[in-house]
Amino acid sequence: MSEAGERPAPHVPTRAEQAEGWRSPGQDAGWLNPIRERFLLRLLVRKELRVRYRGSMLGMVWSYVKPAVQFCVFYIALGIFLQLSRDTPAYAVYLFSGIVVINLFGEVFGNATRSITGNQALVSKIYLPSQLFPWASMIVALVHFLPQLLVLIVGALLFGWLPSLTSVVAFGIGMVILLVFTMGLGMLTAALNAAFRDVENFVDLIVMVATWLSPVLYRISMVQDAIGGTIWWWIYQLNPLTIVVELFHTAFWRYGPRVVEAVPGDPSLITPGEPFGLWWAGLLIAGATFVIGTVVFEKSKRRFAQEL
Amino acid sequence: MSPNLQDIPASAAVPTEREMVRISHVTKRFSLRHDHSLKELVFSALQRKKLADTFLALDDVDLTVHAGETVGLIGFNGSGKSTLLKTISGVLFPDRGRVLVRGKVAGLIEVGAGFHPDLSGRENVYLNGAILGMTREQIDEKFDEIVAFSEIEEFIDTDVKYYSSGMFLRLAFAVAVHTEPDIFLVDEILSVGDEPFQRKCLERIRKLQEQGRTMVVVSHELEMLEKLCTRIVVLERGTVIFDGDPTEAIRTLRAT
Repeated sequence: MSEAGERPAPHVPTRAEQAEGWRSPGQDAGWLNPIRERFLLRLLVRKELRVRYRGSMLGMVWSYVKPAVQFCVFYIALGIFLQLSRDTPAYAVYLFSGIVVINLFGEVFGNATRSITGNQALVSKIYLPSQLFPWASMIVALVHFLPQLLVLIVGALLFGWLPSLTSVVAFGIGMVILLVFTMGLGMLTAALNAAFRDVENFVDLIVMVATWLSPVLYRISMVQDAIGGTIWWWIYQLNPLTIVVELFHTAFWRYGPRVVEAVPGDPSLITPGEPFGLWWAGLLIAGATFVIGTVVFEKSKRRFAQEL
Repeated sequence: MSPNLQDIPASAAVPTEREMVRISHVTKRFSLRHDHSLKELVFSALQRKKLADTFLALDDVDLTVHAGETVGLIGFNGSGKSTLLKTISGVLFPDRGRVLVRGKVAGLIEVGAGFHPDLSGRENVYLNGAILGMTREQIDEKFDEIVAFSEIEEFIDTDVKYYSSGMFLRLAFAVAVHTEPDIFLVDEILSVGDEPFQRKCLERIRKLQEQGRTMVVVSHELEMLEKLCTRIVVLERGTVIFDGDPTEAIRTLRAT
């Protein structure tokens, strides 16, 4: 975007030159860097965590407060006032298993988008593999996700839920789709954000909308009743977040005793394509997003230093 | 603060024939954009105004650095010295031409660039060491030496934001000189700290020269470079106008 239309020259050394030990500066393992540079990645994660909670008395406790408040507000407004909890058994578990998905999505996506611009001092002065920055923000988000997951599991257990093979598989696939998909988006927006700072505001907008465009607060059967049979219904179902939220419902809510009891009386509790729904579509879309994100990131990382 | 001339040790570099850095036909153009918003992009497209002014920072530069050499880069502000150093370190990429290096490169483009004020001295040593390419074992092994060199033992577990600027620079320099790279890129950092510390830095650099390490140094301290370098390259508006004997290089620069 900033070079005046000049094509970068072939910069990699020829095979003969490589044999003599030559390499071009800044040439690195690309998307494999986070695996090769684990030590540096860990230090960057620790730095992020320290910096995040500087001068804060409650520190990590804040990562519980936000989802707790969110949960209470949604539960009161939608569960009680709009009476969603009347027709949805164990609505609290239903709601919270969706909220943790959207929170993780929002944090990974938002942090990754700001990871290059936020580390300006490093990116523009010292060479280090820039892939590490979005990855570090993902790991920081996972650190915040862990306590929420614990709360979810304890909550589900209180409602009589017990882990099963189905729930472990659904949770596993859900996490893979969510992380791969969000990292793909995050790398894409991190690269774009280095050029145009508008991107981070746009990302905040997407995160805000995401809660409402996947079956977090309401049940997917309500969406089917409203728009079933139209193209929008397919688009809604193919949203990777919808797929992940449904997988989390399968993992923590669907096979809890209260839901199982209620199913004969209310067939709409059975979600389409049980138990794992459109998991294969989720994996495909996530994989494609990750490839696109990585390619765009790799292509633009050479310009980060001069664009910041 | 410029170090006393008599304190500067004479160059101990032993140039060899082995090439370590090969820069051929490197051109780098920057665009000077005013801010980073889509609004600006749209408005300038509507007004058919050029979005950005461009600036040629490096224009067809050729340079080869051999193992054991200490090469100085001099020139006035905006002549492309730092840009050239950044293309060797891998922070910037050339638009045309190419840069090849051999061995491990550590760039000290700015002292303390990788330091974070909210981390302690100890954490910063690890973070910066890792950024400059050291493994955990190497840092563990060198840690005491680094702290001793920086002379801030009692403050090593204090957050760096409480350090005086001198302490900060000393620790940053100490980490950098202990990374043991094959090629050491130095930008304007020899003017750190007080006089005794500067002398220590210069001695350290002399030691690195004795070990046969390759160095590329950018500085405005011409007298110091004259003593330290085996060769000096003069840059003017992105082109190399002289490459050779230090004394003559400085004369060339002063004549322009």
